[in-house]
Amino acid sequence: MKYVDEFRDPEKAKALFREIEALAARIETRDGKPLQVMEVCGGHTHSIFRYGLEAMLPEKIELVHGPGCPVCVLPMGRVDDCVALAERPEVIFTTFGDAMRVPGSKKSLLQAKAEGADVRMVYSPLDALALARDNPEREVVFFALGFETTMPSTALTVLQAEAEGIENFSLFCNHITIIPTIKAILDSPDLRIDGFLGPGHVSMVIGNQPYDFIARHYKRPVVIAGFEPLDILHALWMLLKQFAEGRCAVENQYDRIVPSDGNRQALEAVARVFELREFFEWRGLGSIDHSGMRIREAYARFDAERRFPLPQVKIADPKSCQCGEVLKGVIKPWQCKVFGKACTPETPMGALMVSSEGACAAYYQYGGGARQRAPVEAAE
Amino acid sequence: MCLGIPGRIVEITDAERKLGLVEVAGVGRQVNLACIVDEEHPLEACVGDWVLVHVGFAMSRIDEDQAAETLAILAELGEVQEELAAMRASGKA
Repeated sequence: MKYVDEFRDPEKAKALFREIEALAARIETRDGKPLQVMEVCGGHTHSIFRYGLEAMLPEKIELVHGPGCPVCVLPMGRVDDCVALAERPEVIFTTFGDAMRVPGSKKSLLQAKAEGADVRMVYSPLDALALARDNPEREVVFFALGFETTMPSTALTVLQAEAEGIENFSLFCNHITIIPTIKAILDSPDLRIDGFLGPGHVSMVIGNQPYDFIARHYKRPVVIAGFEPLDILHALWMLLKQFAEGRCAVENQYDRIVPSDGNRQALEAVARVFELREFFEWRGLGSIDHSGMRIREAYARFDAERRFPLPQVKIADPKSCQCGEVLKGVIKPWQCKVFGKACTPETPMGALMVSSEGACAAYYQYGGGARQRAPVEAAE
Repeated sequence: MCLGIPGRIVEITDAERKLGLVEVAGVGRQVNLACIVDEEHPLEACVGDWVLVHVGFAMSRIDEDQAAETLAILAELGEVQEELAAMRASGKA
């Protein structure tokens, strides 16, 4: 436990590690394979690596780093659409900073900006709306992305634009929704996941209830967790307790932030502005039914997809990438053929190397501690 | 983008648009309060509350101790500086 002193409350962390160890010892696993716990949220992935949690856990527990980084899972064709929008002379293309470096088939937004496109990083969609207000002769497009955590902010910004009668503002909507994504993972034939750490801030918006089907239908426990290291340990302990007691339920470790019904105002705004797409393409996972959101007909004038011609070309993931298998826990990042060789954070090929919250980038950056276990496992 | 950052509501700046000035680690920023206002918490009563701010929107009320702890963790994760830099660079809302 060489990093445990880094925890805000090292005593509590030590106690949790001890309890986790004791519970893990009691649990019988299938075929002697480790229990696979998927953290769905990229924020969790980041914390797990930053604090080296994985290497400190008993070998019986294996963490699988799920698809919860919206920047990582953005398909190349959508980035190409962003670039095409940004390169229109009348457009000011606004985006969160995270999306700037995501590679398209030809270039990223950062490269488009360097070549003269008017791409501006904003902190909030409200800042994009302010740009529209201040530049009535230009078309301001906001690149809306993220799961339910950021959906209310873009929905409320569209409602604000409508209330003010702002005509030169639109969204390029790439919001994705978590439940169909988890369902697609659960339905995949090579699935081995035994339980889930549920995302904290998505759940702050949607509440606990949408996860019930995972426990009821798929018989996998879910514990919604905060992103602080002690939250994650606490949630893992709660999950192990369910395994040890043979229970299967949705529990909420992060109840200081996550109300069981979610955030009513946020959900209302989302429901007013957005509706489900029939399907949405993901980097690494392919097409998932009902996993993306689009703008409702009533707000069509704020929809960049309707207002501007877009290439909308589907670009296949590079064949050598094994992001999908990593996402589902079938292989570990370093077992991918291109990991650290053709695919690095500087020149990402696959989804999971793109953002610091992606599993491969995190292994690449902090890999040491977690990968030390690999030779041991190989020797067994 | 996804983690959010704690701040304290200092004043209501635009009641119609439900905007308030929120102080985040010493940086003042206009924040939309629509998601934390309800029958029990009218807009004016929100001044002084600590909230978790996601991309310019207050999404959840938190207590002061929790806010301090979350800020410390975010600093360790290297998220605070990035978030504040984005807020500053973005200017007025």
